[in-house]
Amino acid sequence: MSQHLRIDWTACDGRGLCAELLPELIRRDDWGFPVFSDAPVPVDLLDHARRAVDVCPTLALRLASPSHLTRTMQRTPDGAG
Amino acid sequence: MTIMADVEAGSALIGSDGDASFTGHLRRYGDLLHLSGDDVVEQAADSGLTGHGGAGFPLWRKLNAVREARGCPIVVANGAEGEPASAKDRWLLARRPHLVVDGLQLAARAVGAREAILYVNARTSLPLLENLLHERPRERARVELVVAPHAFIAGEESAVANALSGGAAVPRSKPPSVIERGVRNRPTLVSNVETLALLALICRRGAGWFRDVGTADQPGTMLFTVRGAVGRPGIVEAAHGAAVNDVLGLAGGATRALRAVLIGGYHGTWLTAAEAASARLSRSDLAVFGATPGAGVVVALADGICGLAEMSRVVSYLARESAGQCGPCLNGLPRLATLVRELATGIADRQTLPELQRICELVAGRGACHHPDGSVRFVRSGLRVFAEEIARHLQGRCSRTTDQIVLPT
Repeated sequence: MSQHLRIDWTACDGRGLCAELLPELIRRDDWGFPVFSDAPVPVDLLDHARRAVDVCPTLALRLASPSHLTRTMQRTPDGAG
Repeated sequence: MTIMADVEAGSALIGSDGDASFTGHLRRYGDLLHLSGDDVVEQAADSGLTGHGGAGFPLWRKLNAVREARGCPIVVANGAEGEPASAKDRWLLARRPHLVVDGLQLAARAVGAREAILYVNARTSLPLLENLLHERPRERARVELVVAPHAFIAGEESAVANALSGGAAVPRSKPPSVIERGVRNRPTLVSNVETLALLALICRRGAGWFRDVGTADQPGTMLFTVRGAVGRPGIVEAAHGAAVNDVLGLAGGATRALRAVLIGGYHGTWLTAAEAASARLSRSDLAVFGATPGAGVVVALADGICGLAEMSRVVSYLARESAGQCGPCLNGLPRLATLVRELATGIADRQTLPELQRICELVAGRGACHHPDGSVRFVRSGLRVFAEEIARHLQGRCSRTTDQIVLPT
């Protein structure tokens, strides 16, 4: 199943290790926080992506497959239902 | 399209006020039938009731998800109403409180909860709500009254769950969803107070009654907080899909020529007066503008009010209201606020607009909640709708003829 980069924005401090290890997919914004697309991580970059996830000092970065449940819950109201 | 306001006939929530006591409430609406949990979910599903807090998610799907989640569930009536431009939840808690608690008890029955929380805005009358809870007979769920902190995002679902678990009222990263792990890590239903009040009516009058008005995908009525250049600013009720003009009409109609209308609040969308004149207030009708009715805020902005000045105050407010947890929001919203202020005060240059668009791009979709996305929607739509005014400001002029402030912060 396809793997996607996911981030817990409340945990990310913008240290930038991920962008250093995975410049093919991750760049840094004006304030140092990672910018990446929602597209699946190409298979040939999966090892690099896993390494980027492993070194994240705040455990903010993850690799995840878009399970049905996750997609449903992401569409669940965030406002006030 | 059926429009309803201060008329008794056909009105769902708004109507003439009677005795506010529990017996008065029962006289007005009738006894609550002893429905099973399955019956309540079935009524919610058949009626097509969607959430009235802004996201418009079908209630029955939330009820089912909480039922299926593992653990001892809890239900929350969300009346935090952090949006300064909205007042409909406070109106409901002041005028139809028993209907909200009825809906909360029905939701508790549907998901099998013994604990319920009435989570309300600090400007709600607390003694009134406390008395009202004492007045009711012993019911399935024990209801606790909790006051929400005064913050824009206090009503966001995960912020509600955090606050009610003893933490700060700030959103958290999802998954896990609040449905799976909400208040004290228990399966939690957070539902807007208006949604619950409507559930209480549906369980009395039937799904067919609810479907008599509104649109196929969004049946029923909706409360709107109407502000700005209208004869009687306040709360009105109209069917989903009602024309913006009719909703303004219920609030006394436009008192001056309009320049723009804000739909859905500070996470909402600006429409030009011409667009608003033919627009209808449902999710499907507004999709063409990238807008939604949100929590029902409609603000009529008259000619002579500077839309950029209004935007500037609101964007600064939204930046201050960032929970400060997510980098792009914490850094990006103040940057947006600065740029919009430059436009509003006439110190912007040719680089300001492209820079604003770039920052909008950088902020949208990058946070644990929708605060950055909603703020960007407000800014982008304003840049489009007030394009002429921006051009004027870039030439050192402004069309403002009054110092009146329209949008509260």
